Amino acid sequence: MVEFTLPRNSKIEKGREFPAAGGAGNPKSFDIYRWDPETEDNPRMDSYQLDLDSCGPMVLDALIKVKNETDPTLTFRRSCREGICGSCAMNIDGTNTLACTKAISEIKGAVKVYPLPHMPVVKDLVPDLTHFYAQYSAIKPWLQTKTPPPPDRERLQSKQERSSLDGLYECILCACCSTSCPSYWWNSDRYLGPATLLQAYRWIADSRDEATGDRLDDLEDPFRLYRCHTIMNCTRTCPKGLNPAKAIAEIKKLLVARR
Amino acid sequence: MTNRPISPHLQVYQPQLTSVLSILHRMTGVVLGLGIPFLVYWIWTISQGPAEYASGRGFFGSLIGRTLLFGWTFCFFYHLNNGVRHLFWDIGRGFELVDVYRSGWLVVAAAVVMTLATWIFAYAGRGAM
Repeated sequence: MVEFTLPRNSKIEKGREFPAAGGAGNPKSFDIYRWDPETEDNPRMDSYQLDLDSCGPMVLDALIKVKNETDPTLTFRRSCREGICGSCAMNIDGTNTLACTKAISEIKGAVKVYPLPHMPVVKDLVPDLTHFYAQYSAIKPWLQTKTPPPPDRERLQSKQERSSLDGLYECILCACCSTSCPSYWWNSDRYLGPATLLQAYRWIADSRDEATGDRLDDLEDPFRLYRCHTIMNCTRTCPKGLNPAKAIAEIKKLLVARR
Repeated sequence: MTNRPISPHLQVYQPQLTSVLSILHRMTGVVLGLGIPFLVYWIWTISQGPAEYASGRGFFGSLIGRTLLFGWTFCFFYHLNNGVRHLFWDIGRGFELVDVYRSGWLVVAAAVVMTLATWIFAYAGRGAM
């Protein structure tokens, strides 16, 4: 359902301000979305001023600095700090990206940090990804075969067959693309969204997979696949430089070609 | 748990060429749809003979009429050009981000040029009126 405004309990209020302790030599403001499930309060934007001279270069460094030095209740996901786990995906400076690979120096003015858009919030910057993962699991993201495996070796691929997975296997399922997609905002109950569709194509494109027909059958649906209107926000925002919109187009082409 | 807020979306997401041109495509389509009764009205005046036709012309020639027509001209060319852009996407071409931006600006520029050219052409032929 298209809803342009936020429900009453989701409206963002002005929060607290935390000036840098002891006068910062190189101050920068970080406005961070906060919501505490333990209270009845609405979400709010807390503003933290940090001294960049004593902060690492990435937005994640700033979040960790806030948590360590100013406000230990600040809650966010992070793990690898090098753009391979996808945990710290969030909306920074208006677009979705990974906090660990987004340099603070790229951002003019105050750094605004929100959770991934149009998602139920668990706490602060942590969105509930249950539905997102359920959709991923629905496309059966594993190799499906009907023929018995060769007795003496693995199912091999030529170099060319393997190269058709380039640009697909690198997806880390951070959900930046899906939550940048207005179509997914309005229809995520039935539309699979760019991340899951790119993953679906990753298995369709795999020369070893023998369930291509079934996979295409499952996707041939006005909502699951065809809510993609080639808006291209997904490709624009992917922190790994992948192209979900193109993968979706390839699925659409295969569906036309097999008629 | 049930009280979980929804994180902000339209309110905070940066407008960018990709999404702006997409919503513009939809909006121009809607505006063109709203113009259809006016097109039907104009055709109807033709069928009603010179007097009715002249009164229809009077409306379309007024400042409001011309403003509407100018808007529809732009909507028509933008929707047409961006529709062609969609056809390229449908055959799987033009998906690299640089191409998306290039074709996006091209579509906008072409719509502006075609709109202005149409009106210059129309006014140039107006001397006979």
